[in-house]
Amino acid sequence: MKKVYINSIASISAQKTFDQAEFLTDLIDHEAIVIPVVNPNYKAFIPPAAARRMAKGIKMSIVASKMAVQEAGLEQVDAIITGTGMGCLRDSEKFLSNLIDNDEQYLTPTSFIQSTHNTVGGQVALELKCKGYNFTYVHSSNSFESALLDAKLQLASGEEDDILVGGIDEIGDHTFKLQELVGHVKREAVKTSELLKSKTSGAVFGEGANFFVLSNKKQASSYAELIAVKMFNTLPKISVPETATAFLANNGFSAEDIDLVVLGYNGDVDYDSCYDVLSHELFNDTQQAYYKHLSGEFNTASSFGFWLASKVLKLQSLPEVVKLNDIKSSGFKTVLLYNQYRGENHSFTLLKTC
Amino acid sequence: MSKGVAITGMGIISAIGNNVAENYQSLIEGRKGISRVSKIKTNHVNDIMVGEIAFTNEELIAQIGLNPDNSFTRTALLGCLAAKEAVNNAGIDNITAYNTGLISSTSVGGMDMTEQYYYESFENEAVQKYIESHHAGDSTQKIAQQLGIDKSLVTTISTACSSAANAIMLGARLIKSGELDRVVVGGADCLSKFTINGFKTLMILSDTYNTPFDENRKGLNLGEAAAYLVLESDAIVQKENKAVLAYVKGYGNANDAFHQTASSENGDGATLAMQKALKVAGYTPENIDYINAHGTATGNNDLSEGRAIIRVFEDRVPDFSSTKAYTGHTLAAAGAIEAVYSILALQNDVIYPNLNFKTQMKEFDIRPQLEVKKKTLNAVMSNSFGFGGNCSTVIFSKES
Repeated sequence: MKKVYINSIASISAQKTFDQAEFLTDLIDHEAIVIPVVNPNYKAFIPPAAARRMAKGIKMSIVASKMAVQEAGLEQVDAIITGTGMGCLRDSEKFLSNLIDNDEQYLTPTSFIQSTHNTVGGQVALELKCKGYNFTYVHSSNSFESALLDAKLQLASGEEDDILVGGIDEIGDHTFKLQELVGHVKREAVKTSELLKSKTSGAVFGEGANFFVLSNKKQASSYAELIAVKMFNTLPKISVPETATAFLANNGFSAEDIDLVVLGYNGDVDYDSCYDVLSHELFNDTQQAYYKHLSGEFNTASSFGFWLASKVLKLQSLPEVVKLNDIKSSGFKTVLLYNQYRGENHSFTLLKTC
Repeated sequence: MSKGVAITGMGIISAIGNNVAENYQSLIEGRKGISRVSKIKTNHVNDIMVGEIAFTNEELIAQIGLNPDNSFTRTALLGCLAAKEAVNNAGIDNITAYNTGLISSTSVGGMDMTEQYYYESFENEAVQKYIESHHAGDSTQKIAQQLGIDKSLVTTISTACSSAANAIMLGARLIKSGELDRVVVGGADCLSKFTINGFKTLMILSDTYNTPFDENRKGLNLGEAAAYLVLESDAIVQKENKAVLAYVKGYGNANDAFHQTASSENGDGATLAMQKALKVAGYTPENIDYINAHGTATGNNDLSEGRAIIRVFEDRVPDFSSTKAYTGHTLAAAGAIEAVYSILALQNDVIYPNLNFKTQMKEFDIRPQLEVKKKTLNAVMSNSFGFGGNCSTVIFSKES
């Protein structure tokens, strides 16, 4: 079995993460219930005429994927595996509202074509002219982790050598309103810096595109080694610590080996207790970080957490703004990520310096 | 590590039958399930034909034994029924006895309910329960819960019309790598106004019965269906002395990287997918006895797929047919229902006729199988191609 490395990272998020040289220095302290991405200069990557026709999720993904492929020093990848909870949501909404409002008349195919979940995967393949393996996972908060697992299996077995993996979701107005209706969104605007102090139900929503080149060859640009990823469709809160312990043990680690635990806290008092249980029972003496105050919550927000952890391992520094407690690790060698959404689709991801 | 990937159970519901036995009967009797749409109110009712499942949602709810106040979409209901048949067929009485996962696929997800309650949700609290049923992972979570699969690997694939073939492929990889001992794989998609209108705008819906590989083909009929397979490791098969229906012998996935919806003229992606699958199986083209083609009956697909088949098999193209004329194109479920048909073909040594064929295509001289044909089959290839350039091929075999 070959080892699997993260050879490049690229993030389009609600922070200025597209500048690869920066690491969460010039922060935007949003105050909102939904935080859109900071748009990169799309023109530098996509001809303006083409960009006008593209859904935001596609645009973000093409920029992030090109950045990732470039940083990995590649011309081409062997496979493209994406995860997206909702796909190109705006086009789905556009097609559906036109359909309903105009009683199935005057419809055009563009928004239907872009509404399919694999649009991003297909468009990135078109852009890179990549005829290789192409998969799209659409399983709520485990969409990105499914893509990671698939890539890891193929790289470890040597079936493929370089795989582009991405997590993408975009905000859609109508869907957002429906989410508000059922109380999954916070009722009042919360500042990024005060998300965990809100003590209210629901999350601040967001969007983003985070892409990575995973490879079975280590190189100068490598950020970290991906040791393992494991998903659970259900997991009772009380079982989270023991499941984490078993996951670590299966990979030859114990809680004491973890220098940093990156948690998917989104400020929802109804579900953040999953993270509390883990951090209190297993990682009380471990340095902890969180990130959804910066990215907002979306089905593939954990790909932003993966970006964060990769960068921490390479740069060996943890930005102040993501620190969750006062414990200071002497260095960052091994990082554990844990995420879930509304009590379902839990994941553990283990990274290590390389 | 498991070398073989055994198929020990299967379940299906489609326009030609509510279980495996009914589907098989329809296939060999040449009985198609294509009609006018009755359960969806659409202005296009007289312009299109569909492969619709007879059961209403209420009937499906009763059969599964759900509380009437549930938030199951039609996709989830169809999926539950087929997945339960598969697990029963595999003789599994304790699903938790082995590390068991579920890989499902869908393209429509909960769109059937979303399109009904798109605006009503804001006024009627009673229908708000469907808001969380919209996303593609919801039906999978519900199927897992119905099967008793918990604290496990459960995920969903959506690669348009190749989705379920990819679910089988991932399942096989998870068994081979030892990540899982047992996995339920497949897909479910119900009909919706959204897809009817979407395909309508693409102008690829036939106004009559679809005619795969016919020179005068007018487009596809949409269909709804669900099908699942149970895949198990060599270790379980040996330990439990299980009857094996067939094996997942090879699989290949490639991207056409040509156009967001259309296939390249020469079927580059399809050719690559078939070649990769043969390589994984350790086969040469001569090993394939029958191809269950994607054959959607669109001008573009059948030409592109036919050319790809010729590129792979050259002058020795095996018997092939498309079963889309029976079921319609069931989108994300297509790869799963056609997997069931491929396994039934192996079990019964039979090739199904390609219905509705009249005129030879002029671009090439390969012609689909037109009558029921009895023939010893050792390996069957199943193709599934989709929007986004996604091309997938799975090979099923009698022997591991």
